Amino acid sequence: MGELRLMKGNEVIAEAAIRCGCDAYFGYPITPQSEVMETLMTQRPWEDTGMVVLQAESEIASIHMIYGAAGAGKKVMTSSSSPGISLMAEGISYLAGAELPCVIVNVQRGGPGLGTIQPSQADYNQATKGGGHGDYNLLVLAPASVQEMNDFVGLGFDLAFKYRNPVMILADGVIGQMMEKVELMDQQPRWTNEEVKAISGSWATLGKTADRERHIVTSLDLDSSRMEIHNIHLQKKYQQMRDEEVRYELIDCEDADYILVAFGSAARISQKTMQLARAKGHKVGLLRPITLFPFPEKPIAELASRVKGMLVVEFNAGQMVNDVRLAVNGKTKVEYYGRMGGIVPSPNEVESALYQKLTGE
Amino acid sequence: MDRLKNIIKPENLVYAKTPLLNDATMHYCPGCSHGVIHKILSEVIEELGIQQDTIGVSPVGCAVLAYNYIEIDWQEAAHGRAPAVATGIKRVLPEKYVFTYQGDGDLAAIGTAETLHAINRGENIVIIFVNNGIYGMTGGQMAPTTLVGQVTATTPYGREVDLNGYPLRITELIAQLPGAAYVTRQSVQTPAAVRKAKKAIKKAFELSGKNVGTSFVEVVSTCSSGWKLSPVDSNKWMETNMFPFYQLGDLKDGSKDATDQFTIRS
Repeated sequence: MGELRLMKGNEVIAEAAIRCGCDAYFGYPITPQSEVMETLMTQRPWEDTGMVVLQAESEIASIHMIYGAAGAGKKVMTSSSSPGISLMAEGISYLAGAELPCVIVNVQRGGPGLGTIQPSQADYNQATKGGGHGDYNLLVLAPASVQEMNDFVGLGFDLAFKYRNPVMILADGVIGQMMEKVELMDQQPRWTNEEVKAISGSWATLGKTADRERHIVTSLDLDSSRMEIHNIHLQKKYQQMRDEEVRYELIDCEDADYILVAFGSAARISQKTMQLARAKGHKVGLLRPITLFPFPEKPIAELASRVKGMLVVEFNAGQMVNDVRLAVNGKTKVEYYGRMGGIVPSPNEVESALYQKLTGE
Repeated sequence: MDRLKNIIKPENLVYAKTPLLNDATMHYCPGCSHGVIHKILSEVIEELGIQQDTIGVSPVGCAVLAYNYIEIDWQEAAHGRAPAVATGIKRVLPEKYVFTYQGDGDLAAIGTAETLHAINRGENIVIIFVNNGIYGMTGGQMAPTTLVGQVTATTPYGREVDLNGYPLRITELIAQLPGAAYVTRQSVQTPAAVRKAKKAIKKAFELSGKNVGTSFVEVVSTCSSGWKLSPVDSNKWMETNMFPFYQLGDLKDGSKDATDQFTIRS
């Protein structure tokens, strides 16, 4: 059993980064995730594990510092919230193009524009469809608890290095700000120079030695035929993610007539809704996608062939519902319920929507 | 022929291309300053014996493909972000020499924030700034350093202050930053100038190894294609028009500033 603590989601991101042996964090303050860097700066991990922490002049600078340090083969991380992630979008595209591993945390707030500082899930499309220019995907993990904020940092780095691809932890203001019990991992040492060499030595810019060609971290190739080959390679990688990395949670789906589909804090609320509906005799289950890319299409398709309907609950105008409909492919009714602009619906509100749109009272 | 064979011997060798500069055909136009700057940069890295310990960051602009020519590890940065990329590298590999190689659009327009803040933090990196007053790669548009009256693709009647603002002497701005250690402006249009510029780049790398702040070398350069002049006329135009505004010489020499004057009293 690891150390148990009562912590905020954002603080846990920082603590998990230090404990999993992260080499560097670069970030810029933005509500509702500023506690990540505040916690790191209070902990001063550079005195202990040697982890670098730097407050950059902007999210743009942060993401390109990530590019540089990731290109050096290190475990690097940044965090921000919606408007800041938009500023990083170009850099994230470069990271995906140059195939650099890193973990990016988005503690979402309501938009569009400066929007609000209240919780939202309105960056679902941005996160799961790439977000910047060009054909690329991030691996997207959606934590629904403070514990998962902890767990997904380590998992995020594992996946980032397995695929040499940026991983996004798509949280929201609820998960970032709320306090829960969390079991922390034990302190892991940072990779030694030898370990970095073994893991990233075939591509990272560690300094050209006489025994190898120079390493060039770039997303550029002016020759279209080679650029297409690179794109095909990237697409194969994303397909491998679809084949191997789909993660989801099923709660009470075995006997369910109706399924709620929700991720992150919307899943926590929907779980309560499910209990309320079951108490009234409605057989309702919950499917919670944990990876938003790759999306759990197969389990949704399987459920679609035997349930009477699905309600997709999200804090946005209806974004994930489109992916659910693609997976369901007309086999059952798919409805959406959500709130926007930083409003978090109550379980009773979702319950009413469930009865109104699907089950009847 | 026999006479020639007797002359071409290793012991008679007075000059050879540094092996740091490979044999790839450069994409630069005839008369472009980049070739000379690549050469002296490569020579400096060779002479200091730091090939294994040097990581270059190339910009977006004509020098985007610099990584094709110099035999070191490279990262290619997004437009303007090279100082941030270099910061990321240097912070996790503090024992390495990290430099950026940037043009005027990259460094003084889109990347102004990254440039000023990296230097203001005193990042122990070298920045090589090639200022030819024009966007070469995209076909000769106005740069932040384009002179008033200078004709470019986007200032077809010459740069007008009312419309386009003033040319930016960013190096003067940088020399005021406490994190800058060494700030100098050089050129490469004559053998003497090349030697001076090389000395400056060497000094910048040596200072970088001492962790005394950022070293910044501007090289006032020509762009024959963009300026639509022959290489010889480009040099003359640069001497007549660029040098009076972008005056050559050291602007800051030594080390980043002491912290006392910036520290709170109580």
